[in-house]
Amino acid sequence: MFREEKRVEMVMGAGGEAMKGLIENYMLKHLLWEKSRDVDVGLEALDDSAVVDDWAFTIDGHTVTPYFFPGGDIGRLSVAGTVNDLSVIGARPLALALGMIIEEGFPISDLDKIVSSVGETSKEADVHVVTGDTKVVERGLPGGIFVTTAGIGRRHPSLLENWEKTGRRGGTPWLLDSKLKEGDKIIVSGTVGDHGIAVLSQREGYGFETDIISDVMPVNHILDSALRSGGVVAAKDPTRGGVANALNEWAEKSQVGIKIYEESIPIKEGVRAACEMLGIDPLEIGNEGKVLLVVVNDSAEDILEVIRKQKGGEDAEIIGEVSSDVKGVVMESVTGGLRIVDPPTGDPVPRIC
Amino acid sequence: MRGVGRVDKGEFNAFRFRDRESAKRLLDAIKRLKVELRVMHVCGTHQDTLVRYGLEQLLLDVGVEVRQGPGCPVCVTTTREIEEALALARAGVTILTFGDMIKVPAESGSLRSVKTEGADVRVVYSSIDALKMAKKESEKRFVYLGIGFETTAPSTAALLLKDSPPNLSILSYHRVVPPALRAILEMGEVKLDGFIEPGHVSVIIGEEPYRFITEEYRIPQVIAGFEPLDLLMAAYLLAKMKKEGKPRLINEYRRAVRPEGNRLALQAMERVFYPVDREWRGFPTIPSSALEVREEFSNKNARIVYEDLLREVWKRTFREPPGCRCPEVLRGLIRSEECPLFGKACTPENPIGPCMVSAEGSCNILYRYGKVFRRR
Amino acid sequence: MCLAIPGKVVELHEDGSGIVDYGGVRREADLSFVNAKVGDWVIVHAGFAIEILDEEEAKKTLDAFALVLEGMEEEKLTRRG
Repeated sequence: MFREEKRVEMVMGAGGEAMKGLIENYMLKHLLWEKSRDVDVGLEALDDSAVVDDWAFTIDGHTVTPYFFPGGDIGRLSVAGTVNDLSVIGARPLALALGMIIEEGFPISDLDKIVSSVGETSKEADVHVVTGDTKVVERGLPGGIFVTTAGIGRRHPSLLENWEKTGRRGGTPWLLDSKLKEGDKIIVSGTVGDHGIAVLSQREGYGFETDIISDVMPVNHILDSALRSGGVVAAKDPTRGGVANALNEWAEKSQVGIKIYEESIPIKEGVRAACEMLGIDPLEIGNEGKVLLVVVNDSAEDILEVIRKQKGGEDAEIIGEVSSDVKGVVMESVTGGLRIVDPPTGDPVPRIC
Repeated sequence: MRGVGRVDKGEFNAFRFRDRESAKRLLDAIKRLKVELRVMHVCGTHQDTLVRYGLEQLLLDVGVEVRQGPGCPVCVTTTREIEEALALARAGVTILTFGDMIKVPAESGSLRSVKTEGADVRVVYSSIDALKMAKKESEKRFVYLGIGFETTAPSTAALLLKDSPPNLSILSYHRVVPPALRAILEMGEVKLDGFIEPGHVSVIIGEEPYRFITEEYRIPQVIAGFEPLDLLMAAYLLAKMKKEGKPRLINEYRRAVRPEGNRLALQAMERVFYPVDREWRGFPTIPSSALEVREEFSNKNARIVYEDLLREVWKRTFREPPGCRCPEVLRGLIRSEECPLFGKACTPENPIGPCMVSAEGSCNILYRYGKVFRRR
Repeated sequence: MCLAIPGKVVELHEDGSGIVDYGGVRREADLSFVNAKVGDWVIVHAGFAIEILDEEEAKKTLDAFALVLEGMEEEKLTRRG
């Protein structure tokens, strides 16, 4: 209404409503020209990964600044991000491609640390980088380095058994966002907001000192244990836009209501304090080493138990359920009142009011 | 560490009043009074607490309707004032602001949209961070937006009282609460049974400035803190005073608010600012309701330092976007759904007026709540 | 209109500022509006401590809540100190 030339805004990259608008209005219409026969899970699903001829396939770009942050760096983040996106569709990650765009003048010692971190994290996830591309651009690249990773994966060996254990007939065994049903339980694999607060603490203008470090890590071993136990319906890694964004995507794609309970959501005291200090909702900030699972009611306790035995799954909790007495995503607060959990409309920024 | 809200036994728990059991029993206590009342609060952070803990609906169920008055910087700042910041940003001045103002649409854009067009707009957490930034980048010109009420004005004043660098000046949007309360009452448009007074404004100004509301208008008041139980207790006290017909001013937030307020903060504020008449969004001009930088600090007043850039803005007249009824919503005259744009042209994704922009705006909340379940 | 949270003063600096701990998060805060000493609880808004929190009053407020919850009168709440 007041802008002649429509432009891409920062908020359109923050994993919320504005980003959905950008993708739906300016991308999908060009790319969905015909349904291809061997695509099982395609672009229109907008899921964490696609599935083509029984291969899981995904890509993720990373621009975090600063590129070294408490608990991790852009190298570890880029491997974990793609490994996790493949795992949450029900795949066993097999191989990665690594694309780097580096600014002229970027310190070689930093590059060396970043790539060594890529190596260590891929070893940890047992997934090799098999191909890649490197470009150097003129000085002026914000943050100095962009790292993009793509990945392919094979169907997890227990995927079919897992799907049979859910007792739901037919359809594809892949863990799709559109599969939620009334009564399913929602599990988070650990404390929320660690990564977001660790990065925010370094940002000029509102930095602070904290012992909170990023949780960035591959979670394929957590998915592996859950699938072997059986009864997993869907899964997501709550990165950009956090738990709020992930739950809203599920609610919309499965056309269900989701009710969660504030008292059962695990959070570190430091993350809660930082969020209250900055006026930010812990459900809206990014996690890079967590997974959200939807599981059938009868398998919930068993899956919770196996996850808690995994590294990074010690604080796992059942935080809510799919419920038809609400529309969208609603949270019961500690005082018993109900609150809407919105899809975030942009990166959270400190407020005073 | 379990539970976002689970009340842990850590030492930080001393100031957290949130447990479900007490909330339930406070609500039952209100219900037992069998009183219907409409009260108003004038604080975005009270609205945040009401929404975050779902208290609005719980209070409605026991007969207490809580209306939101003009109480958050986003809602009260006028289009003209935001256009001042946009003009400076487009002229290459770096704007430093709290996150609240980024999304607010004025007439020719918002701070977010001018940032997209290449202007340097940065979010800060404190005026001290603004000071540090201006010192570090001494070749750039900085203007810090002084938004907020008596709680925030002293921290802006401190900026001018410390040795702030010459490349930093401020644009004062600061407002003060008591004159707005008087304006609401004098307009007499809304029948109110009580006020929930803003806790942190009161930390600064104390109890005295509110006395006239009970003495002249016989309306009960409670100064409330920001924990859920603070607000439920405030509702209980207001209901009790209505039932007994004994309007008083009760300070429920005594752990933070002293009767005389914070003298040091008041002195800093009075030293740097003086009250001026100014429009609030949705209100005609309210006498002595805004703070302007005193003559003595003119070299720090962006309205003087950049007069040439701002004169254009001051010449223009600004209207609310066609059809926008935020003014009446802000005064509690109409409910959000009575505005023709509500939910159609005006939605959280495409907000037209302030009541839809801010997550605490009444229209934003009703739009989202309406999606989830109908309110009684 | 003012997000502000309680924190504990853990360090004082000459220039009138100090370090406040919010429970695992520490940040510098300007203390020029309060005469705080280390160990005091303060309420901080936008980087400025705007008052020293009175722990005694906090306890009294909780006691007053308890009275109301047991249906007692709220006079206790209005009498200060």
